Order: sequence, then structure tokens, then C-alpha cells
Amino acid sequence: MELEASFLTIAWFIALGILLPVAALTVGKWLRPNKPSSRKAITYESGVDPTGEGWVQFHVRYYLFALLFVIFDVETIFLYPWAVAYDSLRATLGVWVLYEMIIFIGLLVLGLAYAWKKKVLKWE
Amino acid sequence: MDLFFYLGPIILMLLLLGFVTYAILFERKVIGWIQNRPGPNQVGPWGLFQTIADVAKLLLKEDIVPGKADRSLFKLAPVIAFVPAFAVLAVIPFTDSWQFGDFAVGLLYYIAISSITIIGILTGAWASNNKYSLLGGMRSAAQMISYEIPLVLSVIGIVMTTGSLDLNDIVLAQKKVWFIVPQFLAFLIFFIASLAELNRTPFDLPEAESELVAGYHVEYTGFRFAFFMLAEYVYVFAMASLTTCLFLGGWLPLFGLTMIPGILWFLLKFSLVVFSLFWIRATMPRLRVDQLMQFAWKVLLPLSLLNIFLTAIFKEIPVLSSFY
Repeated sequence: MELEASFLTIAWFIALGILLPVAALTVGKWLRPNKPSSRKAITYESGVDPTGEGWVQFHVRYYLFALLFVIFDVETIFLYPWAVAYDSLRATLGVWVLYEMIIFIGLLVLGLAYAWKKKVLKWE
Repeated sequence: MDLFFYLGPIILMLLLLGFVTYAILFERKVIGWIQNRPGPNQVGPWGLFQTIADVAKLLLKEDIVPGKADRSLFKLAPVIAFVPAFAVLAVIPFTDSWQFGDFAVGLLYYIAISSITIIGILTGAWASNNKYSLLGGMRSAAQMISYEIPLVLSVIGIVMTTGSLDLNDIVLAQKKVWFIVPQFLAFLIFFIASLAELNRTPFDLPEAESELVAGYHVEYTGFRFAFFMLAEYVYVFAMASLTTCLFLGGWLPLFGLTMIPGILWFLLKFSLVVFSLFWIRATMPRLRVDQLMQFAWKVLLPLSLLNIFLTAIFKEIPVLSSFY
């Protein structure tokens, strides 16, 4: 299939994906009751009156995991083309194609080991 | 553009809704049998209309938006979570002729699009302006991004063997032997990581009923809540299809039984994967949150990197190289 047709297919899938919730919620609007009250609009907090804001502070470690994720996700972007071309590169460049990747991954694994040692990966 | 282009995805969507309806019933039945009880059996014969009744109930429930919530984001979040779940199905080859978009980068497309759902979950969690949902959403995002890395890295062994990201080529490369045999380590990593990506037990911490009430969707009612659940089960469909294509030979027959059509083979393998997901849910206890993150980064990630080099080494060994 040519490229434009494939993109059109995906566009149609996304359009349908938006259409279904919109249609279902519109139909739901005609069917469901709507009796708003101030009690119903209170934020849920196990049945007691909520204290303070809902947007509370959360632990900084989430950012550390996000950083690790970005590093390794970018790594995979480099790994995929390498993996696709592996056989042809192996035929022309020899085992060097593997050594290069060992060096690249090795550097990142070093970073992971450092994070590990610094107890970033530990969740308390 | 022919009729199939427009009607195919609509039919797929209807089939999908049917699948979700009966997958939920089947899941409850299977878990019931495993726990030595009958499961849902009141609504209709054999409980066949149970899920339909549940959906109708959700449709008729009042739609409550909390007063403190960010209204527009709150309403948008279930849609953001659902759309990618459906959009990934565009590249799944159900048989050699039943595929909607034959993409040269099908696998990469699946992986890229499926992570958008995390944004939907985070949006819903944050927009609710609720402590439980915010913490649940953050946990959910941390878990999903952590397990995405081993998931993505584990399939690189397959890509190296096939030399293609096209799911059709990947299925056809399994004519001799399914990838579950030469890439068994990758299969284990992929399956565990996909359980975590699907937020299913033993990795259902984002929902952890007993500690976070319901996680990121605690403020959602009625059909908006239903769309989060729908997205979850559509991912079960998508992930089971992807596992079938990557590791179980897709539509390819077993023992050369070519008189059974490919779609039946696909469904058979697909059902096996779906059953395994339910089976694991009934068997395994939930992980603790500290074990969860360490397991992804300290066990699965090094193993998936190891798998890449094992594949490269096996390619050099003359006896094995024909499988890699």
C-alpha cells in the first residue's frame, strides 16, 4: 500500500476513535438524569470533607524515573534502525557493527549502574 | 478509496465492542471458576447479558464533574486515553489479506501511539483535582513508562532476525519456527512488561482498590469512566494481537494444517493469550510498589539488553544462525 493511503487509514482510525466517545456521550446526555447539587460537586476524599487543595506535592522521584525513561527511550530510537539494518551492516562492516553498539549501550548501562548505586531506583 | 477503507474500521470497531463485552464476561467467569464459584449467572442465560446490563447502567448514570476539577481537561481525558487504543489496531495483520494499513514501520507505530494513552491517564488524574487520583495517576505514569522500556527493547531481537519493522514480514519470518522458541527470553520480558502496560494484576497498582480507592479515575462517573475501562480492554485486544503476531506466528498454521483458515489460527492463538492474561489475574497477588519499579529497572531492563546481544551472538553460531 502506498504511503498516503496508509496515512489516510490511520487518520480514519483516529477520527473513528474520537467519534465513538463523542457519539456515546451525546446519546448518554439525552438518556441520563442531570440533577446537580453542591454536595455532589465536592471532591471525593473517602467520605469526609476534603482538606486543602487536590493538587498536592508529590515525590521528586517521579521526575528521576521520567528522566531515566527519556534516556532509554531515545536509546531505543537509535537501536531500531540499527536492528533493522543489522544483517546488511554485518555483511559489509563485519563484527564492528556489534562492537559499536556494545560501546553505545555500555555507556548508557554505566549511567544506569550509577543511578542504581545512587539508590535512584529504590522506591521507599 | 474503496468501500473496505471506510467500512472496514467501522466493522472492526463493532467487533471490538462485542469482544470487550464478552471478554469482560469471560474474565469474570474464568476468575469465578478458578475461585470455585459460578461467576455472573443472573442476567440472561449463563449470565450472557451481564455486561450489556452493566453498560446500560453506566449509560444511564448521572455525569458528575467535581466542582474543583478542570472541566475541559476532565472531559477530554477519556477521549485521549481511548483514541490511541483504537488507532494502534490499524497496523495489526489479522491474516495475510485482513489488514487495514500495511505500514513498513508497523511495530514502531504501535509502540509510539500506544504510549499516548499515558497522557490521557495523567490528564484525567490531574484534572480531577483529587489527591487519590493525582497520586494514582503519577504511579500509573511511572509504572507505564518504566515498563515501556523493557517492552520496546525486548522486541529488538525479533527486528534483528527479520530485518524489518513491518508486522507482515515479522509474521512471515516465523514460517519455520515461531519466535517464541528462539526468542524465549524476549517473550518472557515482553509478556511481563505488557501485563504492566495493561495495568493488569499483578501490576494493577494504579487502581489498587485497597489503597488508592480507584486510582486515576476515582472522580469519573457513568460513561466517562466507561471509556477508561473500554480503553483498557481495547488494549487487551491490541496487546494480545501484537503478542500473537510477534511471538506466536500470527495467522500461520501449526503442523502444516493449512485447510483451517488463517483467521481461525489467529483467533485461537489470540484467545490463548487473552486467557493467559485472565488466568494470571486470578492467580497472582499484587506486587508492592517498591518491588514494582525495581523489577522493571533492575531485572527486566538488563535482561532485555542482554537479549539483544544474545541474538547477535547466536547469529554467529553456525548451527543456530538459521533461526536468528
